[in-house]
Amino acid sequence: MARKLLLANINVPGINTLEVYRQKGGYRAVEKALKTMTPDEVVEEVKKSGLRGRGGAGFPTGMKWSFLAKPEGVPRYLVCNGDESEPGTFKDRFLMTYIPHALIEGMIVSSYALGAKVSYIYVRGEMMPQIRILEKAIAEAKAAGLLGKNILGTGYDLELYVQPGGGAYICGEETALLESLEGKRGNPRLKPPFPAVSGLYGSPTVVNNVESIAATVPIINDGGEEYAKIGIERSTGTKLISASGNINKPGVYEIELGVPVEEFIYSDEYCGGIANGKRFKAMVAGGSSVPILPANLATKTAKGESRLMTYESLADGGFVSGSSMGSGGFIVFDEDQCIVRNTWNFARFYHHESCGQCSPCREGTGWMEKILHRLEYGHGSFSDMDLLVDVSKKIEGNTICPLGDASAWPVASAIRHFRDEFEWHVSNREESQIRNYGLAHYADPLEPLVQS
Amino acid sequence: MLSVTQNEPVEFAPTLLAKFADIVGRYPEGRHKSALLPILHEVQAHFGWLSVPAMDQVASYLKLEPIEVYEVATFYTMYFLQPQGKYMLEVCRTGPCCLVGAERIMEHLEDRLGVKEGEVTADGLFSWRGVECLAACGFGPVLQIGPEYTFYENLTEEKVDELLTNLKNNAGSQPLSANS
Ligand SMILES: Cc1cc2nc3c(=O)[nH]c(=O)nc-3n(C[C@H](O)[C@H](O)[C@H](O)COP(=O)(O)O)c2cc1C
Ligand code: SF4
Ligand code: FES
Repeated sequence: MARKLLLANINVPGINTLEVYRQKGGYRAVEKALKTMTPDEVVEEVKKSGLRGRGGAGFPTGMKWSFLAKPEGVPRYLVCNGDESEPGTFKDRFLMTYIPHALIEGMIVSSYALGAKVSYIYVRGEMMPQIRILEKAIAEAKAAGLLGKNILGTGYDLELYVQPGGGAYICGEETALLESLEGKRGNPRLKPPFPAVSGLYGSPTVVNNVESIAATVPIINDGGEEYAKIGIERSTGTKLISASGNINKPGVYEIELGVPVEEFIYSDEYCGGIANGKRFKAMVAGGSSVPILPANLATKTAKGESRLMTYESLADGGFVSGSSMGSGGFIVFDEDQCIVRNTWNFARFYHHESCGQCSPCREGTGWMEKILHRLEYGHGSFSDMDLLVDVSKKIEGNTICPLGDASAWPVASAIRHFRDEFEWHVSNREESQIRNYGLAHYADPLEPLVQS
Repeated sequence: MLSVTQNEPVEFAPTLLAKFADIVGRYPEGRHKSALLPILHEVQAHFGWLSVPAMDQVASYLKLEPIEVYEVATFYTMYFLQPQGKYMLEVCRTGPCCLVGAERIMEHLEDRLGVKEGEVTADGLFSWRGVECLAACGFGPVLQIGPEYTFYENLTEEKVDELLTNLKNNAGSQPLSANS
């Protein structure tokens, strides 16, 4: 069995309460950090752990913390990103629902490291039940002297609040989140300045994902070096993977980074194989924003090596034959799924969620949705695939925030790997309305369909 | 779009105002605008939707221009700018849920309720709509019902029928909105 650092006690009855959480060793990291370490030592420990941001970009957390500006007399803020709206991702919700004190404890340790006196957990508004759970956990922690004034008699003060969003994927982008937290529309800000210099209310701010913050607890308890022993290369520690789609056991799994993709899909410890005895067609490794891969490239790299669940291995091959860890939203497609329909669905999603500030994103996502809609419904033409790639290239890199890129990559990768399926929708207009294309050759490891 | 025809004046009950005060207390001095999204959720939970007079009241409470409230209310998808059915069933329609049958669930709802997406049933009880990924993709198809956003997971046609029956039977036991 793999080591579990975040979910080890997930099945303990009552683990959502402070009492049971403490019985299981909870809040030791707060005691250790606040009583025996300086804030800089906490930052140092997180640096040593090699922890990389679990929100999607994978930026090293300790390094991000060390960039935080510390001008005299100006407050600093830690804001936890609990927006979790990336299609395929549901680990943060899971963690907040079942083991809320893991996040609260991480928030205290991290706020202490950054010198924040007030911190916010921004949770998407639809997670009202989780907001109530967190508020209850905060009240419990406060009553036990773990929050508020003079925590555990150490002289450190911290107030922690939960802020609901209003329903907008874009508020997961950190500067849009800060705008939203200031009571405004969620329009991403131009960078620089970066939040580390000018974030919430113009003050230096760190924004971190729920899972990143929770991971600081085992890092402080066991030490950064212990944490870094798990995993491979620059992919250290454990990672929560949200597994969905056509698998026998969808759910949230904590893996040690480095598990082979094949094992993750087929072993009973994780997804338990493809559901209903079907065959494996495709996978999205890290949420809807990352490139989709056909089965043959999902389990093996283009070089024929086993593909592993690490930041490096998932990205092996770049845009030609690789994908990305992203937020760990692992979506599995069986042989009955239509790639054109799914690509259209994702394009519709990004069009719906574009904040509208940049024309390439606002207009381009709309065009992609429209073109994919006509392909899916049998009105497309052979030139549409090149048109889609052309539109996606014109969005990529030309926008204020990465939502533009996120909308372009799924479309470009679907056409790169599944072009014959798109073409079939054009050459078999009627047939494509009554049946799906099926598996074709995608599962054949000897014949990777890679074009450069 | 804002509803400009339904504009009966509203007044916020003391219980609601107490919640507002609690929310404003979470932010540093002078940063009370941060309270806008949470306060709009409270107003919607109370009245079922956001009318222009209600938003104007929020603006004056937070000492904002009304347009600052409208621009937020129109940006975010959770705020209803028109009255909805007592139960607004929001079904996730994004990719991962579609892999496991979300589209069938939406068709079934439309069939059973006899109204299109966004419309209200004649008895005022139900409306439904598709929404984007609700962070429950492994438990799809999934729908949620505000204002507490209770989740119903791993939906089948049978489970939807059962849910509709239960909601209908319980409908009388709670007031239509906390206000009426
Ligand atoms: C369109 C978009 C949506 C995002 N959504 C989320 C999200 O829901 N949760 C999250 O933690 N990060 C999200 N991010 C990444 C954040 O901008 C930010 O990088 C992250 O919260 C930093 O935390 P980390 O360093 O701990 O990963 C999103 C980014 C973009 C561009
Ligand atoms: S890329 Fe899209 S979502 Fe991001 S700021 Fe521009 S328009 Fe808004
Ligand atoms: S796709 Fe439906 S909850 Fe994520």
